[in-house]
Amino acid sequence: MLTQLEGSMAVARAVAACRPHVICAYPISPQTHIVEGLSAIVKSGELPGCEYVNVESEFAAMSVAIGASAAGARSYTATASQGLLFMVEAVYNASGLGLPIVMTVANRAIGAPINIWNDHTDAMSQRDSGWIQLYAETNQEAADLHVQAFKIAEELSLPVMVCMDGFILTHAVEQVDVPEVDQVARFLPPFEPRQVLDPDQPVSIGAMVGPEAFTEVRYLAHERQMQALDVIPRVAEEFRAVFGRDSGGLVRGYRLEDAETVVIALGSVLGTIKDVIDERRERGEKIGALGITSFRPFPLDAVREALGAAKRFVCLEKAFSVGIGGIVASHVRMAMSASPIANYTIVAGLGGRPILKSSLHAAFDQAVADELPALTFLDLDHGLVDRELARTRAGRRSGPAAENILRDLGAVRAGSR
Amino acid sequence: MFEVRIHGRGGQGVVTAAELLSHAFFADGRHAQAFPSFGSERTGAPVVAFCRMSDTPIRVREPVVTPDALVVQDSTLLHQVDVFGGLKPGGFVLINSTRTVGQLGLEEMEDGRCQILTIPATVIAREHIGRPMPNLVLLGGLAAFTGLIHLPALLEAVRQHFPGSLGDKNVAAATAAYDLVLSLRPTTAGEHTKESAGAHSA
Repeated sequence: MLTQLEGSMAVARAVAACRPHVICAYPISPQTHIVEGLSAIVKSGELPGCEYVNVESEFAAMSVAIGASAAGARSYTATASQGLLFMVEAVYNASGLGLPIVMTVANRAIGAPINIWNDHTDAMSQRDSGWIQLYAETNQEAADLHVQAFKIAEELSLPVMVCMDGFILTHAVEQVDVPEVDQVARFLPPFEPRQVLDPDQPVSIGAMVGPEAFTEVRYLAHERQMQALDVIPRVAEEFRAVFGRDSGGLVRGYRLEDAETVVIALGSVLGTIKDVIDERRERGEKIGALGITSFRPFPLDAVREALGAAKRFVCLEKAFSVGIGGIVASHVRMAMSASPIANYTIVAGLGGRPILKSSLHAAFDQAVADELPALTFLDLDHGLVDRELARTRAGRRSGPAAENILRDLGAVRAGSR
Repeated sequence: MFEVRIHGRGGQGVVTAAELLSHAFFADGRHAQAFPSFGSERTGAPVVAFCRMSDTPIRVREPVVTPDALVVQDSTLLHQVDVFGGLKPGGFVLINSTRTVGQLGLEEMEDGRCQILTIPATVIAREHIGRPMPNLVLLGGLAAFTGLIHLPALLEAVRQHFPGSLGDKNVAAATAAYDLVLSLRPTTAGEHTKESAGAHSA
């Protein structure tokens, strides 16, 4: 039903419509309203047979999800930021064991410095964890991707992370056609586990594997992700047949026809980028956008096809790999390795800095003229950076950088060390 | 696109106001997007929330930088925050104060570059709700001021959010503010609202 509601509540209702058996969560920061909404739904009696487990940490949340999934339960949890990092050991175990858990990551920055706001550093840190990673552009897509995630996860016996921008999507109130129970029932078959802990047919899950077979087991993890390149678009098609709207898939292009410049991004910033592209198209510029929904597996072929005859691409990224630069950009360069084109990385929106249309226009002006530096930090305050660099050159005991910069900004009292 | 920016302090219901405004627009068949400026929530700290309304889907995710309308829930913010930043020429400014625009030292704003008005929203809230919560009172005033918010849709959103007597009290307070603004500005777009509000409820 078309409803005006907060993104977190839309996701809570979409997850509930998937009839999970176990929902586990650690209910303090950095958590979202999603699990709060789900706990209310479970308590209301709307989800008979679903157990809501309040755990003592994110590590416990993922561990409970692993145990529940291994016992054949459709399992869900949600986290973000430091919470995701705290559960990492179990995150790798969930994928290594091939357990089809669905988890929302409400993307936020990682400290230090402490920061509660949005960027993609948390999910990007888990890009090699073996989980499928899907990124939502809108709250509608966030709700829809959760429904698709259970189907993808359970078909492949792989866990799926649905990434949605923290605050920007989770706290935004907008209209969402919330997936209903009867629609989901037509789309999502009952969970038929590939492996299950059953006292009547005892098995063990989680064997120790030595050098004689470890490579083979790991290869199969990669093979299943390659299968996901076929499963993800097919599930999006099946979703459209039932729900009548486009959500999910591997990539989605916008005004790519004859585009000489293609802006590539993940998540909610695509909305702002599309508005900017419309304004530039009106001026006659040949520019388009490519949203990457599936970052794991990374759709090399689909990206290459979408870029077509473009002359350049610009990756706008809400995270970066310290010491080298763009993460998404390096993937796209790999997709284009047979016929390389000019490319630029713009790191933007770190720790919640707003990504403004005016800033994007200025950066794209430079990119289309091939004058943009290969790696650009959008709206970087060079004065602040230079002052701190000068301090570190001036003397040994320059002090903590973050505090120095806040003092320069007047955000903390001068001389308060 | 019609963009509203609401300034207030933690505990004054700034975020709720933006959310309920979006519900009112949605009930009228518009697309609406409400979101807070995200910070560590502390009572009394300056808070900003945004609401966009459009007849087409809203894709942009930047904060509202050039608002068509400003609501200031606490006039002490005028000296602390750049509340007027980016205001579009001819935009609406509604300030919660018992003082006049001139008494607030804002007479230079009355030179035609914007439409500015003060209403004693906290006083109205105390009278009808019994608590100093100006947020929904100001929305009632904004509906009359701009003519772009249908009062019945707004009141229904208030009732949905606050069931029972609290909702009734807020509805009474918002309606009082609506009537007050109409009486203060008998020739504004408010008349259009009254007409279409009637059509909406019919």
